[in-house]
Amino acid sequence: MAMHRETDKIGAVLVVGAGVAGMQAALDLANSGYYVYLTDRSPTIGGIMAQLDKTFPTNDCSMCIISPKLVEVGRHLNIEVLPDTDVETLEGELGHFRATLNRRPRYIDPVKCTGCGDCRKVCPVMAVNEFNAGLDLREATYIRYPQAVPLAFAIDRQVCIGCGLCGQVCLAQAIKYHDVPVKREIEVGAVILTVGTEVFDPSGLENYHYAQQPNVVTSLEFERILSASGPYRGHLMRPYDREEPKKIAWLQCVGSRDVRTNSYCSAVCCMYAIKEAVIAKEHAHGDLDTAIFYMDMRTYGKDFEQYYNRAREEHGVRFIRSRVHSIDPDGECDLRISYVDDRGEKQSESFDLAVLSVGFQVSESVKHLARRLGIGLNQHNFAQTDPFMPVATSRPGVYVCGTFQCPKDIPQSVMEASAAAAACSAALSEARWTRTKSKAVPPERAVSAAEPRIGVFVCNCGINIGGIVDVPAVREYARTLPQVVHVEDNLYTCSQDTQVKISKIIQEHNLNRVVVAAWTPLTHEPMFQETLIDVGLNKYLFEMANIRNQDSWVHMKEPERATAKAKDLVRMAVARARLLKPLVEKPLDITQRALVIGGGMAGLIAALNLADQGFETIIIEKDKELGGNARHLGHTIEGRDVQKFLHRLIADVENHARIQILTQALVVGFSGYKGNFTTEVLVGPGMYERKIKHGATIVATGAQEYRPREFLYGEHDQVMTLLELGHKVSQRYEVAKWDRVVMIQCVGSRNAENPNCSRICCQGAVKYALQLKDINPDLDVVILYRDLRMYGFLEDYYLKARNQGVMFARYDLDNPPQVESVDGKLRVTFNDHILNCPVQMPVDAVVLSAATRAADTEELASLLKIPRSADGFFIEAHAKLRPVDFASEGIFLCGMAHSPKLISESIAQAMAAAARAGAFLADVSQTISGVTAHVDQSRCAACLVCVKTCPYGVPHINRDNVSEINVALCQGCGTCASECPAKVIQLAHYEDDQLSAKIRAAF
Amino acid sequence: MRLQYPTNIEIIKVPCTGKVDIIHLLLAFEEGADGVLVAGCLEGDCHYQAGNLRAKKRVQRVKEILDRVGLNAQRLEMYNLSAGMGTRFAEIAREMNARVLELGPSPIRLAKASKTMAKAA
Repeated sequence: MAMHRETDKIGAVLVVGAGVAGMQAALDLANSGYYVYLTDRSPTIGGIMAQLDKTFPTNDCSMCIISPKLVEVGRHLNIEVLPDTDVETLEGELGHFRATLNRRPRYIDPVKCTGCGDCRKVCPVMAVNEFNAGLDLREATYIRYPQAVPLAFAIDRQVCIGCGLCGQVCLAQAIKYHDVPVKREIEVGAVILTVGTEVFDPSGLENYHYAQQPNVVTSLEFERILSASGPYRGHLMRPYDREEPKKIAWLQCVGSRDVRTNSYCSAVCCMYAIKEAVIAKEHAHGDLDTAIFYMDMRTYGKDFEQYYNRAREEHGVRFIRSRVHSIDPDGECDLRISYVDDRGEKQSESFDLAVLSVGFQVSESVKHLARRLGIGLNQHNFAQTDPFMPVATSRPGVYVCGTFQCPKDIPQSVMEASAAAAACSAALSEARWTRTKSKAVPPERAVSAAEPRIGVFVCNCGINIGGIVDVPAVREYARTLPQVVHVEDNLYTCSQDTQVKISKIIQEHNLNRVVVAAWTPLTHEPMFQETLIDVGLNKYLFEMANIRNQDSWVHMKEPERATAKAKDLVRMAVARARLLKPLVEKPLDITQRALVIGGGMAGLIAALNLADQGFETIIIEKDKELGGNARHLGHTIEGRDVQKFLHRLIADVENHARIQILTQALVVGFSGYKGNFTTEVLVGPGMYERKIKHGATIVATGAQEYRPREFLYGEHDQVMTLLELGHKVSQRYEVAKWDRVVMIQCVGSRNAENPNCSRICCQGAVKYALQLKDINPDLDVVILYRDLRMYGFLEDYYLKARNQGVMFARYDLDNPPQVESVDGKLRVTFNDHILNCPVQMPVDAVVLSAATRAADTEELASLLKIPRSADGFFIEAHAKLRPVDFASEGIFLCGMAHSPKLISESIAQAMAAAARAGAFLADVSQTISGVTAHVDQSRCAACLVCVKTCPYGVPHINRDNVSEINVALCQGCGTCASECPAKVIQLAHYEDDQLSAKIRAAF
Repeated sequence: MRLQYPTNIEIIKVPCTGKVDIIHLLLAFEEGADGVLVAGCLEGDCHYQAGNLRAKKRVQRVKEILDRVGLNAQRLEMYNLSAGMGTRFAEIAREMNARVLELGPSPIRLAKASKTMAKAA
């Protein structure tokens, strides 16, 4: 029986949808002390990101970066992964929800299934492979992709003929032909919807001939074509004849920015099209011609503009500003694209392959789900949210993140996922650690002095290993190796019952080293290590020989040689095992206090969330007042009052018992490491010094508006920036008298001096244009732009502005508008790109969309040792998957210090930083990995090689004049150990003699 | 993917190519390896920031040593690839194997073998 009172909140969260956002939300919550139910409709987790080949703007391999997250989610003690599951009903309220889940039958028991794939081999039925976007076939018994979690097969009963072959070959007896749906009711305190979106199906757009022409593919199909694990094994081929294309076209805005389909912008297609074009060029064997047909190139994210520039200038991708009329067959299988160019002239060009850059849309099943759960949808059927509460749905306690909130890219989705976790964490903080599970760990047995007693377990992996390698021979060979006291072979060494057996054997034979010859340590080492821990054996006394992925699978046709190699691998593993040492994972003491540097919108939100989560928080603000740039903003583009929100936020922060505010405060010193930082601050006009001890740090130092040197700014008082216009719009009386105003975009952005796009100025200009039109509908507003970057639902306001008569005219970087003062009156001249002639007009005011530039943080960056880009914005740990973390643990980043962004995006990122910092502070059981570098100080010559080598700046020369490495900071790469000329640094678990023994044993 | 490659390649795991030490590369040759390949992350993609660039320098250094002692620098090579590039790995394995076959057995291995034979005789 639950011991909690009726009114107590439930410390568990239901996360619906296990794509990258769902996984991130689940991990943040589970690490913060909440039990998580993570459901997905499909048989596996990973979502759409698992299908992508590379990711922009770093061109990282998508699967490589997502698979560690899959493993982490799959193994987390406090995340229950529920595949094949739909949420049917949700009753109750914040703190006390009851959800009914329905698990659809999968016909293979995921607990028993070992993922060996023998069932697939015998399956005689083929079906369309949806993972490869329908470009090839798969068997009816299938797994979505090899890295799937759970690593278990499923039977597609829609095509299964019920022949029973898989049931006959499955040695794990996992096949369940009579599987039935199972309903289950769970109790949770909050819900996060990360159900994602589907990609637009272009079959209905007859002018593109997608359904008829095999060489017209969608961008998702093209991702699979490029992928090394895709239908063509990464070889660039077109579907019709499997020939390598010489000319590929991308058509932007298919199913986006189109009143016939979806009027919003899908926000990611410009970037992925550029990426696909560049990667395709890398894959091509000869010259590949790539052309992207677009309306506006929307490369508005961090470092995106430079990616676009490189694609155009270095890779030679052609960018054709146009409206495409149709794709028609040209000859047997080529395609002719007819379009209207920038000047309004009809053109056409032939291509070998056409890629439709399809957008996102909400699927029918998600619309039904929203209805069942009572969630409000907006006019585009995405979850309805408020710019000041970007992750809250219309139903309290139900949060949303990822593309179901609004179309967005991976980092933005990951950020929002953490933000949704922060919202849950703050709402349920009193119930933290009430529903989580923990494991009792028996005391560790001392083994250091004892003679090695090694046990070797050889796995057959069904027939995956045993079918090629002579497993009994390998087992008997292992018996002959010195200090091996027990050997055996198992059908599946990884199965749960084998773990029980291994535990018994370790105890019976008093084993103090364990070698498992099976498959990859990547997925299985932590599991075997847990088995060791459960019987009181240090987890570092374990070694694996990968005789499947590195042997039986890759030498299938050479069974004898494979057996010989398996013996070699086992001998090498035993040689290293003999020398393994137990390592201590020291607990990490964490000061339960956070420091937020910067008291703007982002800093305030982060501090308030952390305080609501229950952590004492200190805000440092350099100005006298809190609020930062938000103090100068009237309303958001949606019409929400920024000042009202900011005042309430400041009041909440000032009145919060757990928040302390230091204004006019300057950081002058920073020391310590994750969990144990000390920051020195000079506070107030008196500059009195304070030392703050804290466990986590959030950097929220903001950005500033560029002071233009162009277009008579500072010389004529009717030339102003967007922020300055904002003040005049709030006052109304001056702007009401204007007859005509011209706005110039990209002032100080997207040029040689500052190649970045400032992201927020297009919407800023459109917002003020609409507000000016509200004040005076007869006012002429002309916006001179280069690309109008109204991403996501901002596109609605672009449409609205055009409908209200705001004029938009495009200019090029090499032919900018001219602003002159004639007798004190302003006159603007610009080239009209359709008429192709100059247009001149007298105006009352010129408004410059001045760039957002980084704040001056050079000193802070050097004190905290955190990296900044050339343009002064801070660099996060990973552009895709760690958008609010710094590489240095315990330090987080949010707001415009990261890059220019909207208030709603700053709020989401601030909450994300608070979630990450909160999870870090909450997890008091953290230990420091045993795999760290150690200096034999008696032999150190203080030559400084390690100091210079370490990529993290960890080693330093201490007072005794020898090198010292703080294990709490060491990342365990071993670079210093390899460089140390005196060989006095050893990386634990990879010590020189351990590796040498392994090398020697290879021969 | 289960792409086939020659059986005479045995893999030794290190946390990062930054941990690939000159002494270990030399030890492998001393023990009789005909060839050694170092597989690191793509340049710029090192999980530990720059370990693969360090390894590149060390591999270069050992190549010089190999040439100097008459073992031929060709017997050692560093390749950069990501964990998602299985096809490339198999390709590299075959490539390296072909190269080593062409170079013939390492003189050290031959010397060791004749020594053992002499002892046995």
